[in-house]
Amino acid sequence: MKLAVMVNEGPYQHQSADSALQFTKAALEKGHEVFRVFFYHDGVNNGTRFGVPPQDDRNITVQWSELAEQHNIDLVVCVAAAQRRGLLDENEAKRHGKDGNNIANGFRISGLGQLIEAGIQSDRLVVFGD
Amino acid sequence: MAMLHTVNKSPFENRSLDSCLGRIKDGAAVLLFEDAVYGAMKGTAVAGKVQSAMEKSKVYVLGPDLRARGMSEDQVLDGINVVDYGGFVDLVTEHDSVQAWL
Repeated sequence: MKLAVMVNEGPYQHQSADSALQFTKAALEKGHEVFRVFFYHDGVNNGTRFGVPPQDDRNITVQWSELAEQHNIDLVVCVAAAQRRGLLDENEAKRHGKDGNNIANGFRISGLGQLIEAGIQSDRLVVFGD
Repeated sequence: MAMLHTVNKSPFENRSLDSCLGRIKDGAAVLLFEDAVYGAMKGTAVAGKVQSAMEKSKVYVLGPDLRARGMSEDQVLDGINVVDYGGFVDLVTEHDSVQAWL
């Protein structure tokens, strides 16, 4: 089955980012396709590569990046939510005159249309958040 | 057609479980995960409400989130099914749609 996931909470906040990650892993293990993970609100903070959790803690961003690479998952960050929170890719940094970008591997910045499309293209949309 | 409802907050923290149970259709399923696993415990102030919901709907609880909070399956109300993440995925695919009560 084709699934889409939405994440509305940042990593290390409550549990939603972990739940979404564990759910996505379990879905892939069962042979389902995860068409897209859409990060909205504080969920965009899952996509910064500048996070450095302690070595004995999980690195949620790196786990998303690895999953995306292994299973060809489209990790989409909402552009407006990202701008508010200082998450930039190279184009956004240039466009706003910022001196660097911080988006992690496998993530891309796009708009809410990608969430609507994920809802239409997928059999189920599963939402995780605060 | 049957819908899966997910609740992730403790019933002692906000009213999302109450809102959910008050509005679901007969035959729907409810999955309690994250802090909502407290709603699946025996002997709490919300146990009666959850038990009466089970007369018309199925209630599930996520085992890993129970154990992460130091609780075991024998503390869960009779009739609630304990599932793992794979079971969570199955619930999603077996129901026609999923509603998160955030």
